[in-house]
Amino acid sequence: MALRNILGKRFGVGLAGRRPLSTATCDVESGNAKAINLYSAINQALLIALETDPRAFVFGEDVSFGGVFRCTTGLADRFGKARVFNTPLCEQGIVGFGIGLAAMGNRAIAEIQFADYIYPAFDQIVNEASKFRYRSGNQFNCGGLTIRAPYGAVGHGGHYHSQSPEAFFCHVPGIKVVIPRSPRQAKGLLLSCIRDPNPVVFFEPKWLYRLAVEEVPEHDYMLPLSEAEVIRQGSDITLVGWGAQLSIMEQACIEAERDGIFCELIDLKTLIPWDKETVEASVRKTGRVLISHEAPVTGGFGAEISASIVERCFLRLEAPVARVCGLDTPFPLVFEPFYMPTKNKILDAIKATVNY
Amino acid sequence: MALSHLASSSSRSGSLLKPLSSAISLRRPISTDTTPITVETSVPFTAHQCEAPSRTVQTNANELLTFFRDMALMRRMEIAADSLYKAKLIRGFCHLYDGQEAVAVGMEAALTKKDCIITAYRDHCTFMARGGTLLEVFAELMGRQAGCSRGKGGSMHFYKKDSNFYGGHGIVGAQVPLGCGLAFAQKYCKDEAVTFALYGDGAANQGQLFEALNISALWDLPAILVCENNHYGMGTAEWRAAKSPAYYKRGDYAPGLKVDGMDVLAVKQACAFAKEHALKNGPIILEMDTYRYHGHSMSDPGSTYRTRDEITGVRQERDPIERIRKLILSHDLATEKELKDMEKELRKEVDDAIAQAKENPVPESSELFTNVYAKGFNVESFGADRKEVRATLP
Repeated sequence: MALRNILGKRFGVGLAGRRPLSTATCDVESGNAKAINLYSAINQALLIALETDPRAFVFGEDVSFGGVFRCTTGLADRFGKARVFNTPLCEQGIVGFGIGLAAMGNRAIAEIQFADYIYPAFDQIVNEASKFRYRSGNQFNCGGLTIRAPYGAVGHGGHYHSQSPEAFFCHVPGIKVVIPRSPRQAKGLLLSCIRDPNPVVFFEPKWLYRLAVEEVPEHDYMLPLSEAEVIRQGSDITLVGWGAQLSIMEQACIEAERDGIFCELIDLKTLIPWDKETVEASVRKTGRVLISHEAPVTGGFGAEISASIVERCFLRLEAPVARVCGLDTPFPLVFEPFYMPTKNKILDAIKATVNY
Repeated sequence: MALSHLASSSSRSGSLLKPLSSAISLRRPISTDTTPITVETSVPFTAHQCEAPSRTVQTNANELLTFFRDMALMRRMEIAADSLYKAKLIRGFCHLYDGQEAVAVGMEAALTKKDCIITAYRDHCTFMARGGTLLEVFAELMGRQAGCSRGKGGSMHFYKKDSNFYGGHGIVGAQVPLGCGLAFAQKYCKDEAVTFALYGDGAANQGQLFEALNISALWDLPAILVCENNHYGMGTAEWRAAKSPAYYKRGDYAPGLKVDGMDVLAVKQACAFAKEHALKNGPIILEMDTYRYHGHSMSDPGSTYRTRDEITGVRQERDPIERIRKLILSHDLATEKELKDMEKELRKEVDDAIAQAKENPVPESSELFTNVYAKGFNVESFGADRKEVRATLP
């Protein structure tokens, strides 16, 4: 696997290899559906949110002209500057402001331009947003707050345009963390997040903004939070992942099948509170589990899943829990292909786990 | 007066008649005439809580020609980087500085290498001004070993320890508190040196700036906060992001100076003034009124939020290189042809450096694991299945 590749070729392969996942088992009624990409799906969700709730607001850096990923195109024109507006460059301010807005009963949809920039707002999210309801004895809450941020590798993002910070937020009781894998999922999940009465951090896989294209129903629909989805049935090993990584894992599943290994693939969708029951049921069937995410392996959310599954399924497990994740280094610049949990690394781990 | 002109022009044409081989390309045909020339800055300085320095600046032929050469080199370098990015030899993010060269060059002229400079991600030219080489720049941009950060930093993370250039930061505004920390160390060690912490008009709205400024003012640190105001925070115009775009006044209790950032002599004067001020009285804010011709980064065309007329207008009226060219020509310090020849030579220097950088190898794959921690504290590398430790790397 560790072949030296000249810059460019590797990225070419990586990009071509990322196919969108089909959501064949999705229980959304397909009314009129059109093939659109991820940023258009998110745009539709935001439009519906603004349309259906006159107290919904979308704000963030550069959202007015459509945003750097075009997720907010046309919203300012349609709903006006009082509801869709730019903020100055201050993440801490954006989230704090959003918490206040939500505390007054509004739906504040805040955008952080890249998840890598969310850290100035970390204090506001952890110390204010997540604890507001709890510490006020339910007098106040900021449930109307949804924070959207593009996360994940993009092929050339380097240290500050590629991070996956979901693990930091999964450690905070009081907020929800949701990550969609495809356009149809994104629209439904985002609408659920916006309408959920708890503050939510919604990470969007930026690699898929243009790349993932899927039939997305045009009407208003929601997908349930805290429900994981089995997107591929199998009997030999359970694979758990979220977001863009699932398409990589699916490729590994397809290749493993050629070797007679049938993998069950689960999309967690909501990371906290996560659907332990679905994962447990699957592991009870297969006896093996592999978790994969882009974030560094130590302290990543895979560690939580691993510990919980071992707790629940210890006697059923046939092999140790495998984690195929990013390496324990800062997200590198030229070394991205080596850092990433690629299909081959996953395939290797699947085989090692099955043959344990 | 006329004789000294003749004398300098004959010495210049003498050196220019020599063949331009690659060895010669390192020797600049620049006049070494240091007879003082007095020039007025384009506009007077506007001051806040302090007395503005005079707009009369002392310079000389040597300095002016050096300014011209340095800025022209930077301009050429940035344009070459643009082409390399479009050819996909540079990947990732690339933020170009063309238009703003006068700030880097003027600042350097007022400082010594003992003074520290720290800036944000638009750092290629600041690195060059601090003594970086073209090879280090292009190699780093292309992620090669000969790069100033060994190919591991990329466009946004240029550093040069031996000239106290503390880089190169991707997160907006994060470098300013760092800069104030550098200033604290300088004061503590009685270095008689200052720190210039650069940031943009977008970053001016970051809370951490005010925290850093308060601390610096409280403890009288020799910190100079320089706002490179190019009027756009990526795609957002300054009037849409800031209640008060008079960034030099934002320090409130800290004095400030507004400077025409397209006039290299004004920048030099202001920085010299600021250094003297900071060593005696603590922090001061400099607002450099400047402009970038390119968009925010190579992913930004730069024309969706501003008109092409605006960009060409600034290029015609205020371009820093053209201003110095006019000054040089009007004072008869060089002929137009000599300046054009110099630019051709610089172009060749840039092309040579690019060719060299292209040959340079990418870092070894083991470099992925180096310098995560200090040497001796190991980062373990596992096989794909995490079952065995394959290597413990330095």
